[in-house]
Amino acid sequence: MTTSISRQRIRDEAAEQRLTQRRFRVLILLVVAALLALGARFAFLQLGAHEQYAARADDNRIGLRALAPNRGLILDRRGRVLAENRPAYRLVVVPERARSLSATIDRLAALVPISERERERFEAQRARSRAFESVILKSSLTEEEVGRLAVERHHLRGVEIEPYLQRYYPHAESVAHVVGYVGRIDQNDLRRLDAERYRGVTHIGKTGVEQRFESTLHGFPGLERVETNAQGRVLRVLERQVPQPGRDLVLTIDIDLQRAAIESLGDQAGAIVMLDIDTGESLALVSHPGFDPNTFVHGIAQDDYDALLRNPRRPLFNRFLFGGYEPGSTVKPFLALAGLEHGVITPETQVFSSGVFRLPGHGREYRDWRREGHGWVDLELALAESVNVYFYELAVALGIDRISRELALFGFGRETGLDLPGEGQGVLPTRSWKRARFGQPWYPGETVITGIGQGFTVVTPLQLAHATAALAGRGRTAIPSLNGPGESVQMVVHDDWIWEAVFQGMAAVMHGSTGTARAVADRVDTQLAGKTGTAQVFGRPADNDEEEEREQDELPRHLRNHALFVGFAPLEAPTIAVSVVVEHGGGGASVAAPVAAELIARAQALGY
Amino acid sequence: MNALALDRRGIWSLLRLDPWLLLLLMLLMGTGLVVLYSATENDLGTVWRQVVRLGVGVFAMLVLAQLPPNFLRQWAPGIYALAVGLLIVVALIGVGEGAQRWLDLGVIRFQPSEAMKLALPLMVSAHLARRPLPPSVPDLALCLALIAVPVALIQSQPDLGTSILVGLSGLCILFLAGLGWRIILGLGALALAALPVLWWVMHDYQRNRVLTFLDPERDPLGAGWNIIQSKIAVGSGGLGGKGWTQGSQSHLEFLPEPHTDFIFAVLAEEFGFIGVLGVLSLYGLIILRGFYLASRCRDSFGRLLAGAMMFMFFVYLLVNVGMVSGLLPVVGVPLPLVSYGGTSAATLLAGLGLLMGLHSRRRFMG
Repeated sequence: MTTSISRQRIRDEAAEQRLTQRRFRVLILLVVAALLALGARFAFLQLGAHEQYAARADDNRIGLRALAPNRGLILDRRGRVLAENRPAYRLVVVPERARSLSATIDRLAALVPISERERERFEAQRARSRAFESVILKSSLTEEEVGRLAVERHHLRGVEIEPYLQRYYPHAESVAHVVGYVGRIDQNDLRRLDAERYRGVTHIGKTGVEQRFESTLHGFPGLERVETNAQGRVLRVLERQVPQPGRDLVLTIDIDLQRAAIESLGDQAGAIVMLDIDTGESLALVSHPGFDPNTFVHGIAQDDYDALLRNPRRPLFNRFLFGGYEPGSTVKPFLALAGLEHGVITPETQVFSSGVFRLPGHGREYRDWRREGHGWVDLELALAESVNVYFYELAVALGIDRISRELALFGFGRETGLDLPGEGQGVLPTRSWKRARFGQPWYPGETVITGIGQGFTVVTPLQLAHATAALAGRGRTAIPSLNGPGESVQMVVHDDWIWEAVFQGMAAVMHGSTGTARAVADRVDTQLAGKTGTAQVFGRPADNDEEEEREQDELPRHLRNHALFVGFAPLEAPTIAVSVVVEHGGGGASVAAPVAAELIARAQALGY
Repeated sequence: MNALALDRRGIWSLLRLDPWLLLLLMLLMGTGLVVLYSATENDLGTVWRQVVRLGVGVFAMLVLAQLPPNFLRQWAPGIYALAVGLLIVVALIGVGEGAQRWLDLGVIRFQPSEAMKLALPLMVSAHLARRPLPPSVPDLALCLALIAVPVALIQSQPDLGTSILVGLSGLCILFLAGLGWRIILGLGALALAALPVLWWVMHDYQRNRVLTFLDPERDPLGAGWNIIQSKIAVGSGGLGGKGWTQGSQSHLEFLPEPHTDFIFAVLAEEFGFIGVLGVLSLYGLIILRGFYLASRCRDSFGRLLAGAMMFMFFVYLLVNVGMVSGLLPVVGVPLPLVSYGGTSAATLLAGLGLLMGLHSRRRFMG
C-alpha cells in the first residue's frame, strides 16, 4: 500500500510539475499582456491625449478673474464729493467648488441672514455665469458678519469673503435727483450691455448723472490670470492686466447752493432750478423731498420701496425734471414780449381793469385777482401788479397762434436738453395740438386763460428757468448743462427796447411800490427782476391769483395752489436765472418769491 | 548539506531569500519613497514613518521565509479557521467608519481580512496538495466553498477591493492546480451569468463606483471627480513629466488621496510616460522573477502557494494602476509597496517571504 502510494506520488510529482509549469506560463503570458495593456493605456493618456489633458490641468489650475474698474467720482463744481466708493465686504460662492450648493447656502444662512431676494438674485446670476466664476450671495456685510463667516469659512468649500468698493453718496437726499444712483445690473441692462466692458462688474448707473454719464464713470475692467487650488483659493497671480478706472465727473452743481435751496423750502414739497445765464450751467437743481440713494445701491427692501411709492409727498418723483405745472402768471412776461414785438401794445398802452373781463358776445366773466380791479394800467404796472385783465385783452389781441409761437421760441413744450435722462416736455397748446389731442377746434375762451398761464399750458420748473435765462439774456443763453458750459443758443430775437420794457415791469414786481414781490426784494443787495405766479390745483374759475391767498390758507394743504416764481439777477447785467415751484404753497408772492430771494442772495454771496 | 548550500548560495541561502527579487523590491520601495515625499507635500515625517512600516514588513518577510513548508501545511486548517473566526467577530463587534473592518485590540487595530490574504491561499494550497493534481470535482467544490466563505464575509464589511484580491488569489491556485479548461470556461460563463446577482449583492456605494467608472462625467464633482482628476494628472504628465514635486494636480489638491490610492497618478504626472514605463518594468521584473521562483518550488504545495502570493501582488498592481488610469472602477486597493500605509505592505512582503522561503527549500529534496 505504502509503496504503491509513494510510487504513485513520485510519478505524480513529475506530471504535476509539468502541469503547473504550463499554467505558470499561461499566467506569465497574462501578466505580460496586462502590463503591455497598461503601458498602452498610459501611452494613450500621456502621449496621445496629452495636449487635451494638459489643457484641462491648466483649466483646473488657472482661473481668469475680472478686475472691476473703480467707478469715477462725482464732484460738485468746487470739488466736493457727491458720489464716492467705499470699501466693503461681500459673500461670494464659486458654484463649481462647492460640493453641494444648496447645502452650502443653507449653512451660510445659519451664519448670516440671507433673504429670499438675495437667494433669487444669486440663482439668476449663477444661471448666467460659468461654474468657476464667483457669484455674489450677500453684499454689504457688517463687521460682525465678516467675523462670523471668517471663523467658519474653512469648513465651507467654494465660499469667499471678498473686499470690494461700494458706491456711497455722502449728501444722500440733497442731490439724489441729480446724481441718481447705481444699482445691480439686471436682465434689461444685460441685453444692451457690452459684456466685455462689464466683466466682473455688478453695478451700473440706474438714474440721474450715474446713468447719463455711465460711459464716462465706468472705465474698463482688467483681467487677472490666477493659479488656484481645488478649493478655488487663489495661490498666486500669473498675469495682470490692470483695470482702467472711470473718469471723475465734475458737475456744475454747487452743493452749498443746493443745500441752501432745500433749506429755504423747509418742509414744503417743491422744485428749484438755478441756471447760469451765460453758460447754462445748473447751479442748483432741487426736487424736494428727496430720497436716500444709498438704500438703492444694494437693492432696497420691498417694504421700504413701497413706503417711498406710497408717500403722498412723492420723494421719488423728480419735480424739476418732469414735474408738470401750470405756469400761472409767470407766463405774462413772455406774452408781453409777443405783444410788443407784434405791435399789439406799446409800453405806454393803457388798459382799464374793472375787475372783470368778458369776450364780446359771451357771458362768461374772467376776473381780476383784485375784485375791484386795478384801474388804468400800463405794461409796467400790469406786470408789477399781475393785472389779469391787461393780459386777457393782450392774449385775445395776439391770438393763440402768435402766443404759442412766442412760447415755443422760449423752449416751452420741448425738452431743454439738460444732460439728465427722462426730461419732461410739458404742454405747449396750439390749435393743431388741441385737434390732435381732443379732436376739437380752439375756442376763444381758451386764448383768454392762456394769457394768464392757465388752461392747457404745462411747464416743468427746468423749462421755466431756461426760458427765464433766455429772457434775461435778451434771447441768448445756453442749453442747461450739468457738466461744463452748455452749448450757447440764440433762442429769440427782439429789439432792445422790447426787452427793456419787460425787464422794467419785472423789476417793478420786486421793487415797485405795488409790486407783488416787493416784500422780499430787500433781502437781496442788488436789483432783481422777477414774476410771481400761482398754479391752480383745485378746479376753480380761471381767474384766481394772489387775491385768493387768504382763502387758500383755509383749504386743506393738498388742495392749495402751487406757488411759482421766476426771476433773474442782477437786473443790470443778469448772471443767474431761477425758477421756484412750491407745491400747495398757496401764492407765488408770499411763498415762492421769498425762497427765490433767499437763494439769489446766497448765490450772490457765493459769487455767482 | 548545509555547508554545501552555504558554499553555493552564501548568506542568501542562509536567510532563505532571493537576492535578485530582494534587490528589485528595494529598488521599488526606494522609488516609492521618492514619490511619496512629493505626494505628501514634501513631508519627511511621513516618509520616515513609511520607512519604519516597510522595515516592519521586511522583518515579517524575513520571519515568514524561515517557516518550514510542512509546518505551514500542518497549521493551514487552524490558521484558516482562526482567520474566518476573526472575520465573524469583526462582523459582530468590529469598528470602522462606514465599513466595519477593524478589530480594536486596545494597543493596535487589527484587520482580519489582511490575515485572510495569506490564510486562504495557504488553506487552499494545503488542501489541494494532499491529493494528486489536477483536483477532483469534490475537492474543487470544497475549495470553492473555502474561497466563498471569507469572500462573502469580507464583501459584507464592505470591502470590495480585499474580497476581489482574496477571491482571485484562491481562484489562481485552482488554475495553477490544473483546473480543466472546460471547467474554467464553465465557471467563467457562470460568473458572467452571475453578474446581475453580483450587482444585487453590491452595496450602493459600490454600484455607484461601477456606474461612475462607466461614465465618469455623469457626476464630475462627486463620484466622477476622482477618476477625472486622476486621468488629468496622468495625461498632463506627458512624456517626461512636470518634474519631481512639480505636479499641479497633485500639489493643488485636485488629485484625491495622492499619497495612498492615487500615488501612481502623482508618479505619472511628475515623471511622465518615461517614469511610468520604468516603474511598470520594475513591477514586471518583480512579478516575472516571483513566478520563476514559484514555478521552481520543490512540491505542488510550494508552487501553488508561492504562485498565489505573486499573483496577488500582480492583482494589486493591476487593480490600482487600472483604476488610476481609468481602465477599472475605483476600488480601494493600494499600489503595492509604494502607497503610504503599513498593512498592505506588511501582508505583501510577508507573502513574498513565504514565496522565497518555499523556493529556498527546493534543493534539500534529493
